[in-house]
Amino acid sequence: MSAVQKELSELTSREYQYGFVTDIETDAAPRGLNEDVIRLISSKKNEPQWLLDWRLRAYRHWLTIKEPHWQNAHYGPIDYQDIIYYAAPKPKTAGPKSLDEVDPEILAMFNKLGISLGEQERLSGIAVDAIVDSVSVGTTFKKKLAEVGVIFCSFSEAVLDHPDLVKKYLGSVVPYTDNYFATLNSAVFTDGSFCFIPKGVRCPMELSTYFRINQADTGQFERTLIIAEDNAYVSYLEGCTAPMRDKNQLHAAVVELVALESAQIKYSTVQNWYPGDKDGKGGIYNFVTKRGKCAGANSKISWTQVETGSAITWKYPSVILKGDNSVGEFYSVALTNNRQQADTGTKMIHIGKNTRSTILSKGISAGHGQNTYRGLVKILKSAAGARNHTQCDSLLLGSQCGAHTFPYIDVGNPTAQVEHEASTSKISEDQLFYCRQRGIPVEDAASMIVNGFCREVFKELPMEFAVEAQKLLSVSLEGSVG
Amino acid sequence: MSRRENTLLQGLSRLESRRNGHDPVWLKAFRHTALQRVSERGFPTAKDEAWKYTQIGRILDVAFEPAEADASLRLSSAAIDQLAGDLGGARLVFINGYFSPQCSSLKKLPEGVKVKSLASALAEEGESLEALLSRPFGEQTHAFTALNAACAEDGAFVQIPANTVIEEPIHLVFLSDPGAAFPAGPVVSHPRSLVLAGPGSRVTIVETYAGILDEVYLTNAVTEVILEEGAAVEHYKIQNETETAFHIALLDVRQERDTQFATHSVALGSLLARHEVTVGLHGPGAKATLNGLYMPQNEQHLDNPTTIDHIAPECISRELYKGVVDGRGRGVFDGRVIVRPGAMKTDSSQTNKNLLLSESARANTRPQLEIFADDVKCAHGATVGQLNEEVVFYLRTRGISQIAARNLLTYAFVGEMLELIRVQPLRSHVEKLVALRLSAGGVGMVAA
Repeated sequence: MSAVQKELSELTSREYQYGFVTDIETDAAPRGLNEDVIRLISSKKNEPQWLLDWRLRAYRHWLTIKEPHWQNAHYGPIDYQDIIYYAAPKPKTAGPKSLDEVDPEILAMFNKLGISLGEQERLSGIAVDAIVDSVSVGTTFKKKLAEVGVIFCSFSEAVLDHPDLVKKYLGSVVPYTDNYFATLNSAVFTDGSFCFIPKGVRCPMELSTYFRINQADTGQFERTLIIAEDNAYVSYLEGCTAPMRDKNQLHAAVVELVALESAQIKYSTVQNWYPGDKDGKGGIYNFVTKRGKCAGANSKISWTQVETGSAITWKYPSVILKGDNSVGEFYSVALTNNRQQADTGTKMIHIGKNTRSTILSKGISAGHGQNTYRGLVKILKSAAGARNHTQCDSLLLGSQCGAHTFPYIDVGNPTAQVEHEASTSKISEDQLFYCRQRGIPVEDAASMIVNGFCREVFKELPMEFAVEAQKLLSVSLEGSVG
Repeated sequence: MSRRENTLLQGLSRLESRRNGHDPVWLKAFRHTALQRVSERGFPTAKDEAWKYTQIGRILDVAFEPAEADASLRLSSAAIDQLAGDLGGARLVFINGYFSPQCSSLKKLPEGVKVKSLASALAEEGESLEALLSRPFGEQTHAFTALNAACAEDGAFVQIPANTVIEEPIHLVFLSDPGAAFPAGPVVSHPRSLVLAGPGSRVTIVETYAGILDEVYLTNAVTEVILEEGAAVEHYKIQNETETAFHIALLDVRQERDTQFATHSVALGSLLARHEVTVGLHGPGAKATLNGLYMPQNEQHLDNPTTIDHIAPECISRELYKGVVDGRGRGVFDGRVIVRPGAMKTDSSQTNKNLLLSESARANTRPQLEIFADDVKCAHGATVGQLNEEVVFYLRTRGISQIAARNLLTYAFVGEMLELIRVQPLRSHVEKLVALRLSAGGVGMVAA
């Protein structure tokens, strides 16, 4: 190992800094999964009968299907009976009406994570929905948003306060039969965010959800539903962390986006679940179904994701381009270090005329990380004039890691134009040498080069997130270069 | 295994009794294992990732009978020229998978060069072929390759000794004549060919597959090429079966140090064809070039899976496949490049371009990279598109008709592939076939 490589490898070994556990009194369901647990979850949340029925339908369907194993990741069997499906911080009062009533322990925890719920409200002007384990603990800026007609609240509240909207759109993009983990989520989902932007409204601020797994042995199954009516616009951010534990924890979320005519939804994720230790012990299994539907003409859905955490990331944020002239975008940076595995990408299903999609994926592998891009571009016969451009680049740092590209292109209309390009390379010695010659230490140089590699994706992120993502990337890379 | 899958296995017992006494002991055991594999695993379904786009139900529905050697079958040399082209060198002709000495012409070849049928090679030096014949038959083998292993009796055997150069191409012609087969009806043939290029040798091999009558038949071919240190092999495969036929084939290549292998595949015929190429780069400094052209039209389905496995460091691979899809045809490209741990300084590029000419044409492309080493240069690209209407318009302003303009542009798209064919008489033969296809096919007829 050259001196340069050695320094590089030292760079990439900082520890996960969100791995603390907060001692919060928790109300949890018994371990295991059966219809009683589902009924318990449903009754805890005072859900209407139709939702319970929907959950039970999903559960019964789930019993009939098998766990899929086609992804490019390896892990031991998951014992679904050894998971706690419901865990909620015990409310000290009857339920927080405002932030002042939120358990100070929880507020302190979020402060420690750098998400100050109180401060956010006054300073940054981003509305935050904070979710711990299974339930939402507080949503900021609700009133201000309500003034313009935007509904932003936890999923449980939405079920009680806006049952018609939930009933209309729940499962309309990801049906409960969709896939094994989405079906499981449909049966046991506990909370999540709900967001509704009415006709013609441009959401006045960024909306954000922060997910935190705190309790041991729990699975987090949240469900997010975002609806943008005609000509509406919303930008939505999502962040996540979890404590360091030896045992793997399952996170199987579902996100559904619906964009009606000329609506725009921008969904950004910075995923930093606990990735497990150096030898791959512990960490989150992040098996998430995310899908958006451009239901109306001229609508647009854009996914941006920065995936640095999780032991295994397995998700494909997708867009169904149903409306004519609708646009789908996918920008992704996925980083795998140590023993992390990621199999991620997107699906762009072109149905409407003149639909366009752009895919830009940047994979970085270090240590023993395995990074896979898997994507589908499907042009249906009806999608005349459809256009897709896909670019996926991989950067390899170290000789033990892997980078894989599995694009699927299926074109059924001759007027469609589809392009795919991919390249794989490592940080060149020349680039590093050049930087060092200018007095930049190897560590900074490598970080600069990696950031440059990801720049096209980062520039799609809202400003605060872009800064966070850059920091996250350099932290996650520590100890891996060389 | 379902009942209908059994139809393909039917008649095997008859085959077995016929072979008894011919086969060496190891071959008997080997065939038995292969057959067992087929019955245990069954035929691939849409759930098999590698067969996702190619469903074989249509093949399994047919009650195929194994073909038999029939010495009375004769074709004039002119008829064969017509079907396969006259390349000037040695020509081995196989009818329904069996060597036909009457139709073949073996020119004088340098000393030590063996060009003969696999059946005679098995009879003369069977024991030495054991390791070679069982090699492409690995864990991943699918049912058709296993079936070939179980049933193959004949094919070509080419062995070039060290440092021998053969200038003229060796032409292997596989003709199917279901009308002449006994018993009459859909026949299946399982040709198995072996090309051994000794150290430092150089040879050009051309495989042509064609049918004589518009009948249903299945060709299930396996060709194996082994290049020893410093050898260079240029391989061509022209698949021009009738449009009622099924064609499943595997070309398996093993390359040692500093070898050069190039294959050019042209897929024109068959109702459903799947021509798979697998290349293993086992020695440093080896170079593999894979070129392919597929032109499905009408109801044709042409699948082109390729796998290039970079096992040794410092190897180069280049891949270019082009598809022209017309009618209700479907073209599939499924290319895998694997870079194993330690295969440093690998340089690989892979390109797939598709041209869709009609409303109902469909193209699937799946260029895949699996990389387990960091000091590599790998790239791949894929496009699916149509003729540039502005260019068509330009040609029309110059007084060229719509149809002629579209044909011209399609031919230009294909031309790049034809120019890569270095055997002149073969290139003219293929050019003729392609031109015929473009003028007879619906190209241009779908113009808006």
